[in-house]
Amino acid sequence: MTDLKRTPLFDTYKEWGAKTVDFGGWELPVQFSSIKEEHEAVRTKAGLFDVSHMGEIMVSGTNAENYLQKMLTNDVSKIKIGRAQYTIMCYEDGGTVDDLLVYRLEENSYLLVVNASNTDKDFAWLKQHQMEEVTIENVSPQYAQLAIQGPLAQTILQKIANNTDLSEISFFSFQTDVQLGKVSALVSRTGYTGEDGFEIYLQAADAPYLWNEILAAGKNEGILPCGLGARDTLRFEAGLPLYGQELSREITPIEAGVSFAVKSNKPSFFLGKDILQDQKENGPTRKLVGIEMIDRGIPRHGYKVFKDGEEIGFVTSGTQSPTYKKNIGHALLQASFTELGTEIFVEIRGKHLKGKVVATPFYKKNK
Amino acid sequence: MSVPKELRYTEEHEWVKVEGNTIRIGITDYAQNELGDIVFVELPEVGDTIKVNEAFGSVESVKTVSELYAPVSGKVVEVNEELNDSPEFVNESPYEKAWMIVVEPADQSEVEQLLTAEQYEATISEE
Repeated sequence: MTDLKRTPLFDTYKEWGAKTVDFGGWELPVQFSSIKEEHEAVRTKAGLFDVSHMGEIMVSGTNAENYLQKMLTNDVSKIKIGRAQYTIMCYEDGGTVDDLLVYRLEENSYLLVVNASNTDKDFAWLKQHQMEEVTIENVSPQYAQLAIQGPLAQTILQKIANNTDLSEISFFSFQTDVQLGKVSALVSRTGYTGEDGFEIYLQAADAPYLWNEILAAGKNEGILPCGLGARDTLRFEAGLPLYGQELSREITPIEAGVSFAVKSNKPSFFLGKDILQDQKENGPTRKLVGIEMIDRGIPRHGYKVFKDGEEIGFVTSGTQSPTYKKNIGHALLQASFTELGTEIFVEIRGKHLKGKVVATPFYKKNK
Repeated sequence: MSVPKELRYTEEHEWVKVEGNTIRIGITDYAQNELGDIVFVELPEVGDTIKVNEAFGSVESVKTVSELYAPVSGKVVEVNEELNDSPEFVNESPYEKAWMIVVEPADQSEVEQLLTAEQYEATISEE
């Protein structure tokens, strides 16, 4: 246990009753009060997450745009300064290195926010393909990241945002040098819960202060500190992929249903283009779908899926939905079994239990 | 964490209540607290036999699946069907409302080998 990495907020977890777990080499809170309560708070009020484990990689230089066009599947040239974009980094064979957000800070300066446990792998992959006039820096240790999510996120954060009207930050936009109490941060209207909210990037040393300020500011609104358990159920209901489950070395973004982030017609070549373009045009042989159990049982990551006794795929994520109390999952299935309503069987502790293919996302917030 | 004195325990966090010739089985307060919100309980049927130290069912929280281990061998004579619809009883009332099964032990001496409350308290304080 002594080798686990900790975020700058580790020492404050205890005060809030956190239960910590080993998450990809990080000692992180899985929950503070209860996953169900935290999930509910984010859907109806607000929740605060410590996501400082996420990796940050700075890419800059006069050739940065060309370089990122080659490394990433989405069209980097479409990102305006002050905007963020969801994108995928692929291997030549279309398998996924990581999914990430790219923030365009300046004309020639981009911040890549990557999955914690992929940071070193991503950095090595980026360095391996480095071009002239491009600087690549792993700046993860300098940054902490907090996410305030939920319908009351803006109301709460505005109380301590002195110099910025947060309503002016539109979805997938950000502002730098936002004053939050006595610290300065980059604030973006993004998240991983399916709710409105903000992700806040700040100096690691400022994180404990801001954590306490936000929880104090949102006390009357019912904000709760939230752990990774609720983060996972929230993102799952909202149909957002998790690397290592919906996306992996073996799963392409087209198979995982995030083809909107693969611009195979962009003018520049990118790693994985040939196979991704083919899958986009002709359809992949496997597709990610939603499943809902009919028999009693909860589908879980890795469980096999059958049809007429034949194995046709596997569950990538599954749980009992805290919002709907239904036993639901995402499953990667052979494309011929992915029509809505198709009856499938999930193998749960040796038994084949009936379910059906349903539409995703399971949850969409009211606009 | 509540550990009633009159019950016996396993290292896998089941409790056992001796009721004459039968025993009642559930999971401990410590176990429910570690698991978090319980959303699903899977139990054997009346008439099934269970075997000591082998899985006889499972409980699932939002996040994980956890097996239930038989404290003794024997025959299942009663099952708490209420847990199908109200798995949250395991969190709310682990020793009362959330009893899981009643078993007729094949060998009463297996019951004597279970942990006492003091011994069980010692094992959880080490974890």
